[in-house]
Amino acid sequence: MNSTSPAVEMKDIVIEFPGVLANDHVNLTLQEGEIHALLGENGAGKSTLMNALAGLYKPASGTIRVRGELVSFNSPRDAILKGIGMVHQHFMLVPTQTVTENILLGLNEPRFVMSLNKFDQKILDLEEKYGLFVDPTTKIWQLSVGEQQRVEILKTLYRGANILIMDEPTAVLSPREIDELMETMRSMTDQGKSIIFITHKLGEVVDIADRVTVLRKGVVTAEGESMKGVTKKDLAQRMVGREVIFTVERESHELGDVVMEMTDVSALNNRGLPALKDVSLSVRSGEILGIAGVGGNGQSELAEVITGLRKCSGKIFIQGEEISNQPPIKAINRGVSHIPEDRTAVGTAPSLSLTDNTIMKGYKKHPIGDGWRINFQVAQKHTSKLKDKYNIIAPSVNTPAGKLSGGNLQKLILAREINCEPRFLVAMQPTRGLDVGAIEDIRALLLEQRSHGAAILLISEELEEVLSLSDRIAVISEGKIMGIVDSEDVDIDKIGMMMAGMQEIRE
Amino acid sequence: MNFEIILHAGIATGSVLLFAAIGEILTERSGILNLGVEGMMLLGAMAGFGTSLATNSAWLGVAVAVLAGGLLSLAHGLVTIHFQADQVVSGLSLTFLGTGLALVLGEGLTGQTPPLLLDYNIPVLQSIPFLGPALFQDHGLLVYAGYLLTPFTWFYIQKTRPGMHLRAVGEKPAAADTLGVNVYGLRYLYVFVGGCLAGLSGALISLSVSPGWYSSQTTSGQGWIAIALVIFAQWNPFRAALGGYLFGMLRRLILDLQGPRLLFGLVNPLYVNSNYSFFLIMTPYILTIIALIFGSRAIAKKRAGSPSALGIPYIRGERGQ
Repeated sequence: MNSTSPAVEMKDIVIEFPGVLANDHVNLTLQEGEIHALLGENGAGKSTLMNALAGLYKPASGTIRVRGELVSFNSPRDAILKGIGMVHQHFMLVPTQTVTENILLGLNEPRFVMSLNKFDQKILDLEEKYGLFVDPTTKIWQLSVGEQQRVEILKTLYRGANILIMDEPTAVLSPREIDELMETMRSMTDQGKSIIFITHKLGEVVDIADRVTVLRKGVVTAEGESMKGVTKKDLAQRMVGREVIFTVERESHELGDVVMEMTDVSALNNRGLPALKDVSLSVRSGEILGIAGVGGNGQSELAEVITGLRKCSGKIFIQGEEISNQPPIKAINRGVSHIPEDRTAVGTAPSLSLTDNTIMKGYKKHPIGDGWRINFQVAQKHTSKLKDKYNIIAPSVNTPAGKLSGGNLQKLILAREINCEPRFLVAMQPTRGLDVGAIEDIRALLLEQRSHGAAILLISEELEEVLSLSDRIAVISEGKIMGIVDSEDVDIDKIGMMMAGMQEIRE
Repeated sequence: MNFEIILHAGIATGSVLLFAAIGEILTERSGILNLGVEGMMLLGAMAGFGTSLATNSAWLGVAVAVLAGGLLSLAHGLVTIHFQADQVVSGLSLTFLGTGLALVLGEGLTGQTPPLLLDYNIPVLQSIPFLGPALFQDHGLLVYAGYLLTPFTWFYIQKTRPGMHLRAVGEKPAAADTLGVNVYGLRYLYVFVGGCLAGLSGALISLSVSPGWYSSQTTSGQGWIAIALVIFAQWNPFRAALGGYLFGMLRRLILDLQGPRLLFGLVNPLYVNSNYSFFLIMTPYILTIIALIFGSRAIAKKRAGSPSALGIPYIRGERGQ
C-alpha cells in the first residue's frame, strides 16, 4: 500500500439536478484508518456526494481517486469492486428475505441452489470479528432497526469493503444503540477500515470523528480539518452560515383545564400488530406535552387515534366529549387540529392550489361557502391573507401546493390548522427536513399557540426539539409510555434509558 | 356425469390456465404487472395454429407461439421498464394490441385443419386406479410438462440464487440495485418469460385442448382468469396449479350439467330451457370476480405474498423505494 496516497480523494466534484447545483466543486479526502465526518444541514449535498462515491450518480465533472488510482464508476458494482461500501440512510434490505439472503444478494455464490448453512457460518464468523451480532436465519422484517443496520454493515464487510460510507447512521437509533455503533466503528478502524460518517449532529462529530469536512448548500466550508482545535460553535456556524440559537425562549405561565385526556388506549398498526399499549395521557390548556422516542415506536398510531384516523380501544376525550373511534370530522368540530407527519400524502393535496388546500377544512363555513357553493374570490382573499401572515413564499395563491419547498409547505399546513384557533393541536414531526430558518418560524408558531391557550401534543424524533419546546415530556417505547417527566428537571441519561425501553427507576 | 371424465378434462383445460398463471407469477414477482395476458394468449393461439397449418408441424407452431407471446410482452416491458409508464394502462393496451393483431392475421384460419399436438399415455403411472386414467392417459406432452413446471417454478423462486434475485427485484429493487443486481435487465427477462408462457398456453388451446381457430372465442377471456388466479394463488405456483385445475374441472362440469334430462332424479331445468345455461356459463367469470374481491382483501390484510414493488416503476436514485 502506498502510504502517501489517501484512501479516497474526491476533487472538484460537480453534480447537478434539474434546477439545483447539489455539489459545487467539492473536495474531500479520506485518509487510511480514519473516521471522517461529513457534516451539513439537510439538503447540503452530503448524500449526493456520497452517492457519487458509491456509484449511484455520475458527477458532471471532477475526479475520484481510490488509493491513488483514478476511477470512474458506472454502477454500484464498480464501487464495490474497489472496496467501497455504503450503509444507506434508508435501509436497502429486502424485508421478506433472511439476513443471509440479503447479504448474499448480488453475489455469484452460491452457484444455483441455496443451501445456506455454510454461508450462515461464514457470516457468524464475520459478526464475531467486528462485534455485530444478529441471527443470520431471521427475516429482516422481524429485526429491530438497530439490528437491520448491523445487517447493512455486514453486507459491506462481507464484500470485503475497506472504505465504508455511513449515511446518517444514528438518525434511527436509540442512545444506547448509538453507543454500540460508535464502538463498532472504532473496532473497524482499528482493523484498518476507513469510514466516512455523514451526519448533521454536531455532538456526534465531536465524539467520534478524527477529521471533519463541512458542506453548506453544495459548497465546502471546512475541508478535512482535524477535530483538535475545532469548537462545536465554530462548526455550527460553518454549517448554517450564521450564529445559531440553541435555546428557545419559553415563557412560563399558568396552565388551564384539561383539554385532551386519553385512558388505556391501545391500537394496532398496519400489519395488525400491537402499536399502542394502554397509553394514558392528558394535556392541559396552555401546555405542550412532548412525546420523545425513536421513530416507529407507536408515534404515528398515537397521532392517528386522536385525530380519528385509526380505530382503538380505550377512551379519548376532547373537552369532555368522547371522540375515540369517531369519524375525523367529530374531532375537527371539537377543535382538534392536526399537523401530520407526511406533508404531501396526508397534509396537503400537492396538485391542488394553495387556495384549495387552505380551505379544505373550512370550505363549508361562511363566508367561503354556504354548504353547497364555494365563493372562490373570498377563498383566494382568505388565502392571500394567510400567505402574508405566515410568510409563505409562493408565486401566487393559485400555485399548486406541490411546487412549494418543504418549509413553505409546512407553513401552509400550519396556517390552515392554526388559523381556525384550535383547542388541541397534534403536531407530528413539525420540523423534520426543514432548514434552520423554517424550523425557527415553526417553533415560534407553536409557542404562540401555547400562549393563546391551546393544548399541544408535540411528537418528534428530535430529542432536542422535544426538550426545548415541551412543558412535560412523555417517553414512548414499543407503544408504551415509559414515563413522564417535567422539562424543568430533565435528565438526558434517564430519557435515553426510557427511549431504549427501560422503565423509569422510581426512587 | 362421470367424475373421472370431469377430472381428465379439467386437467387438460386447467393446464392452459396453469402456463399463463405461472408466467404471470414470474413477471409479477419481478415487480411488473402485465394485464395483457389475454392478448398474448390469443396471439399465441393464432400464431401456433397458423404456423402448424403452413409448415405441417404442430411443434414448430408451439415454438412460434412462444416467441410471439414473448415478443409482444417485450413491448409492455419497453413501455413500463424503459419509459416507466403506468403498468395498468400499458397492460390493458397490450390486450387490445394482441387481440387486434391475432384477429387480423388470423383471418381465414377458421375451419382449417392443421396437424395437432398428439396425446400420449405415461407407462406404469397410467395403471394407478382412478387417478391413472384421468391424469396420465390421453394428454398432450405439454399437460405432462405442466406437472413438472409447477414444482420446478416453486423451487426456482424459493430455493435458488436467480430466484432470490427475482424476489429481491420485486420486493425492494433499490436494495438489489445497490448490490449490483441488474434490476432493469431482470425485469425485461421475466416480462419476456411471462409472455412466452402466455403464448404457449394459447397454442395449447388451439392445437390441443380445444383445437381450432374461433377468433376471439378461442381464448374466451381465459387470460383474465389466469391473472385472477395469480392473485388468488398469492403468487405461489402450487396454489396456481390447484386453482387452474379446479377452474378447468368447473368448465367441464358446466357442459356436463346441460346434457342429461334427469338430474338427481329431478327434471333438469337446463335441459328443458337452454336459456338457463347462460347463467351457468357465466359461473367461471363470476367466480373470478369473487376470488379477486376476497383474494385482494386477504392480501390487503396480511400482505400475503404480494411483491411490495409490484406495479411501481423503478427509478434509480429516487428516495423511499
